[in-house]
Amino acid sequence: MTNVTMRVWRGDSSGGDFENYSVSLNEGEVVLDIIHRIQATEAPDLACRWNCKAGKCGSCSAEINGKPRLMCMTRMDQLPEGPVTVTPMKTFPIIRDLVTDVSFNFKMAEKIPALLPPPMPEDGYRMFQEDVDRGQEFRKCIECFMCQDVCHVIRDHEDNKQHYAGPRFFIRIAELEMHPLDTNDRRQFVREEMGLGYCNITKCCTEVCPEHIKITDNAIIPLKERVVDANYDPVAWLGRKIRRKTKKSAIEAAVQPAP
Amino acid sequence: MTTSPYEHHEYDVLIIGAGGAGLRAAIEAKQRGLRVGIITKSLLGKAHTVMAEGGMAAAMGNVSSEDNWMVHFRDTMRGGKMLNNYRMAELHAKESPDRVRELEQWGALFDRTKDGKILQRDFGGHRYARLAHVGDRTGLELIRTLQQKVVSMGTDVFMECKVLKLVHDDDGKIAGCVAYWRPTGEFVTFAAKAVIIATGGVGRSWKFTSNSWEGTGDGHAMALWAGAQLIDMECIQFHPTGMVWPLSVRGLLVTEGVRGDGGVLRNSEGKRFMFNYVPDMFRAETAESEEEGDKWYDDHSAGRRPPELLPRDEVARAINTEVKAGRGSPHGGVYLDIATRRSPEFIRRRLPSMYHQFMELAGVDITRESMEIGPTCHYIMGGVQVEADTEATSVLGLYAAGEAAAGLHGANRLGGNSLSDLVVFGRRAGIAASEYVASGDAAVGFNQGEVDEAIREALAPFEKAQGENPYDIQRDLQEMMQTNVGIIRTASEIDEAIVSLEGFSDRVKNIAVKGGRAYNPGWNLATDLPSMITVCKCTALGARDRKESRGGHTREDFPKADPEFGTFNFAHSTNGGNWDSPITTERSPLLVMPDELKKLLEEAK
Repeated sequence: MTNVTMRVWRGDSSGGDFENYSVSLNEGEVVLDIIHRIQATEAPDLACRWNCKAGKCGSCSAEINGKPRLMCMTRMDQLPEGPVTVTPMKTFPIIRDLVTDVSFNFKMAEKIPALLPPPMPEDGYRMFQEDVDRGQEFRKCIECFMCQDVCHVIRDHEDNKQHYAGPRFFIRIAELEMHPLDTNDRRQFVREEMGLGYCNITKCCTEVCPEHIKITDNAIIPLKERVVDANYDPVAWLGRKIRRKTKKSAIEAAVQPAP
Repeated sequence: MTTSPYEHHEYDVLIIGAGGAGLRAAIEAKQRGLRVGIITKSLLGKAHTVMAEGGMAAAMGNVSSEDNWMVHFRDTMRGGKMLNNYRMAELHAKESPDRVRELEQWGALFDRTKDGKILQRDFGGHRYARLAHVGDRTGLELIRTLQQKVVSMGTDVFMECKVLKLVHDDDGKIAGCVAYWRPTGEFVTFAAKAVIIATGGVGRSWKFTSNSWEGTGDGHAMALWAGAQLIDMECIQFHPTGMVWPLSVRGLLVTEGVRGDGGVLRNSEGKRFMFNYVPDMFRAETAESEEEGDKWYDDHSAGRRPPELLPRDEVARAINTEVKAGRGSPHGGVYLDIATRRSPEFIRRRLPSMYHQFMELAGVDITRESMEIGPTCHYIMGGVQVEADTEATSVLGLYAAGEAAAGLHGANRLGGNSLSDLVVFGRRAGIAASEYVASGDAAVGFNQGEVDEAIREALAPFEKAQGENPYDIQRDLQEMMQTNVGIIRTASEIDEAIVSLEGFSDRVKNIAVKGGRAYNPGWNLATDLPSMITVCKCTALGARDRKESRGGHTREDFPKADPEFGTFNFAHSTNGGNWDSPITTERSPLLVMPDELKKLLEEAK
């Protein structure tokens, strides 16, 4: 059995520092196993989030040796030799130790106009696999918020959180916009209220996505194209004037009779 | 208005738990214009529902046109070894297709058939291909869809908030609950006209489990403490296929979809041993040879289903027997092989998260190698006893749905019946709770004494300078339950567990917690342990009294099912008011099935 030094950030919103723990390693262990062992022995008050321990719920995001990772999917034996540093996600305010206040994301989610499908036919909707493939890619998102954490628009500029939703919500909007049943139009919304224009497609989000969603190529760039078409294409502009298509609010869209 | 010294909220319908059942109940109550609050121990969207992989069962007949609710009803009852509440099985079979379709209206994207309908896959115990699914991440799709719907409706969600106890009014009706915020450790009270328990399962009390830290049976325990009955607590599902290696992932779920899509079980001799374990009840519909079973995958009329797709209790017991007989894998499991049977492309497309999970955590490429798997504690069939149509408990104003409630699954749950359970009975609980609120009979007062008592108990661990580490107690409890009330049980071990659990109660009272109240997992665990011990006691008492083997309850000393035991559930209750008050166990007769439903069970043999 080998020993490893874990440098874990401990503290709260008033400040903190690294604390070192010397821990023995067993075969196949992941970072979360080690954090759990520290909790069960030396530091029962070491705060971290976790749930499924299988890469499916996206709760245990942290920065391991400075990179956003899911602690439950990061094998200790695949990290470089030497001390392992574990810090909370930088973009969000600290609650305690490895736990951050991710409420920014839940607030953004509330703003998004919901799916607005036509009334359902008696035997259900028909959709074809090729038409739902792209949406299914985006719906793999486990909301670990690591794409948000790594996005420099909000990582380095706190002020931008007022008017920038971040990659997680761009894939959500892309999913809705590309949904075969949707009749809502969120192009104006994503430009004006979600700050799509701030993204300068550096693909940092795509690189950290544990679900390997091609956030930039498959969601953000197509979304930017749609927004450009909507705003600067004169034919589309005229069409909108004639058809008077207006965006529905999230609340309006949600009020539908259950089938 | 209530005057409370703590942060206080008032709702018409309060839902504890934000998994599939809780969210579906919230939608229903919210659609009726009520004030709805949801409380969850975790962040929204992280509930154990995300771990459901294979799909949700609904007799839509999109793949097998012969399928209908009557066959689904029959499969559920037979899978549950007839210990089910027949009315719940009937409602579930009839209503789940509508619940699946409504998810699509809210944005879910299921896998499709060639003609654009919802694709359905085969699963253990289901006669026809019945599980609507999205690859092997159906639970995530369900919870995300419901979460997004709930959020778009503007529902109040209290995240990372742990409920300690339910609170009554002076007449004994449910009036709300007392909780604390995990981030700050500050207490908060909720007054509500109706409370729906949707807190999921109890599996955290076993050593090898697929359950997260949340599965501590909070809802089971608080319902019992509040005066409701728990039934079938001895019926615990050990999912046949959990990972066994490396040790750090032992218990992690491997979806039944692997077998539904062609995977087979082999022992160390390479033999498909399940052919030796076909019980009489399922013999007529199970393949006799590998050739016959293999034909079935391509054409269900060309052969009968392979024995790997028997209900979970049968498969888990068979694996256990093979390992005990010395025919297991190096790490104490057996082999699940899909690599030799399906193309790498097929496996990666149908089972992407399994591919990912084994590759990253075990270094095993499931398109080339077999998986080592073994049983893992996964689900409790038992739970709060409810009225089938309304999910009402015996306590006025208290409802329960999803894994926390009992009845639908009897002694053993079929794979895929859980996700549909959540939405069928979550909705029904939401309707019934809303109607109860509208009836004007709901509680008016709020027993502040119960609040004070719960808070005093919760803070006790901070008052001791020296005492037990809650993690030590949890670890010992998990070891003890795994050993004594695991997959195969016997009288002497169960008795040992019952005695031992009293000792655990004493240890909990001696916990000392380090640090402050803000986001302190040690303290959080200390407040979960009373629930864990309470549900373990009920499980052990039910296991002691059920002197037979049935579904998720297997007794080495009573290996056969006893028809007399098939006529009632064991119901536990307590009236002491404290979390460690004595529990009494009574026989609660099963509902008598009407003749036309009985006929369905006979006809379809």
